[in-house]
Amino acid sequence: MKTTQPSPWPARLDLAQSISGLFLALFMWVHMFFVSSIILGKDAFWIVARTFEGYFILGYAIPALVSMLVALVSSIIIIHAILALRKFPASAAQYGAFWSHMRSMRHDDTTLWLVQVITGFAMFFLASVHLYIMLSRPDLIDPYGSADRVWTGNMWPLYLTLLFVVEVHGVVGLYRLALKWGWFTYGSPKQARERLKSVKWGLTALFVILGLLALGAYIKIGMEHAREAGKLYTPSWLQEKP
Amino acid sequence: MNRTLTFNIFRHRPGDPNSKPHMARYKVEESYGMTLYMALNVIAEEQAPDLAFDFVCRAGICGSCSMIINGRPGLACRTLTKHLPDQITLMPLPTFELIADLSVNTGKWMRAMSERLETWVHTQSDPEVNRMESTMEPELAEQIYELDRCVECGCCVAACGTARMREDFVGAVGINKIARFRLDPRDQRSDADFYTVIGDDDGIFGCMTLLGCQDVCPKELPLQTQLAFIRRKMATGGGR
Repeated sequence: MKTTQPSPWPARLDLAQSISGLFLALFMWVHMFFVSSIILGKDAFWIVARTFEGYFILGYAIPALVSMLVALVSSIIIIHAILALRKFPASAAQYGAFWSHMRSMRHDDTTLWLVQVITGFAMFFLASVHLYIMLSRPDLIDPYGSADRVWTGNMWPLYLTLLFVVEVHGVVGLYRLALKWGWFTYGSPKQARERLKSVKWGLTALFVILGLLALGAYIKIGMEHAREAGKLYTPSWLQEKP
Repeated sequence: MNRTLTFNIFRHRPGDPNSKPHMARYKVEESYGMTLYMALNVIAEEQAPDLAFDFVCRAGICGSCSMIINGRPGLACRTLTKHLPDQITLMPLPTFELIADLSVNTGKWMRAMSERLETWVHTQSDPEVNRMESTMEPELAEQIYELDRCVECGCCVAACGTARMREDFVGAVGINKIARFRLDPRDQRSDADFYTVIGDDDGIFGCMTLLGCQDVCPKELPLQTQLAFIRRKMATGGGR
């Protein structure tokens, strides 16, 4: 039997990768619900945005609170990315071996892993742009401010791509996390996996549709507000009656 | 009407300096209940007497005849040709040392894995051979036997994306063996002891849960369940 003391770090890093991934995937779902409040109307999104700035507790908005939350999420994304990079193929030979294996196997879960790698890699760049804007100008998170950024600021192609990338990466990640740790896997392994796969595709469809509806709403508001781009929204109950 | 099957078979003898890797084509008349093992014997008897492929039991018990069948690992003796298209491509299992044609040295890989993971019962004292063995509950014996059904065919290793990229990865076969000995009350190793052999990125933490192993295992072992179980045990208790 080996007597040398093994390093506890492989276990810690594996746990940290899973916990950070779980946090980010769940955060993205909550984030999507908040973002899509625009579907309910400009007032609904204004309330959500001001809530995170402490407006309804303090009586005035502190956008820096949002910056702090963005900084926290950004830090967790960086940690998760560093941990996930350990699993990326490290050489052309490894990429080649995996590619030929994937094509030969024609196996869903093997192919999905490459999808995870590609979407994860894409997020290094796409998410960074969004996070920097949220970090530096949290005061512009507003029905008009956000819609102007999406339409007049030409950010909609980035958000459209980011929507698919994030939702696919997040849901596939949660699916793999459940299998990795044996969560929700009652019944036979085959039944459990088929059940989880159905849930995975259902959730992907739900969040992509929700995201498309929300993005559509921002684009519509942005187009209508293009002439006054830069001006922020005043909630209906504070607007002067004509 | 019986089909004529076309076999594209990898041919190469690394020990022969004149041998070059190539695909050879053979045609075989399909017969009722034909397995790939039977078809390979027809080819060897009638067309290619020097074709190398492994077999012992012909009944899915020994795990010798594993190969890549139209892109996926499987046992030749357990694969009916009626479930395959007219064109059948056979390749040797990757990851393992090629002996010749479809024959690979899984034994060498398995032995190295077993020595590395110390897949035998570890006791604190020498066994007393004159005493009766201590009893074991039938349910526990069944659980151990379930995992012990592994025939070390190598299909799980060949189906594993991690093993294909990282040659030191122990594969589901290794992790399943740890799960088997962890169940065995005669093995006195603790989770911390098991962590010393499997608690790293070449062991359980290298597994990316692609689950090709689960889907190709010819013995239908519960590999998905065991991988998750060992990961939980090693992550929460093994490394402390």
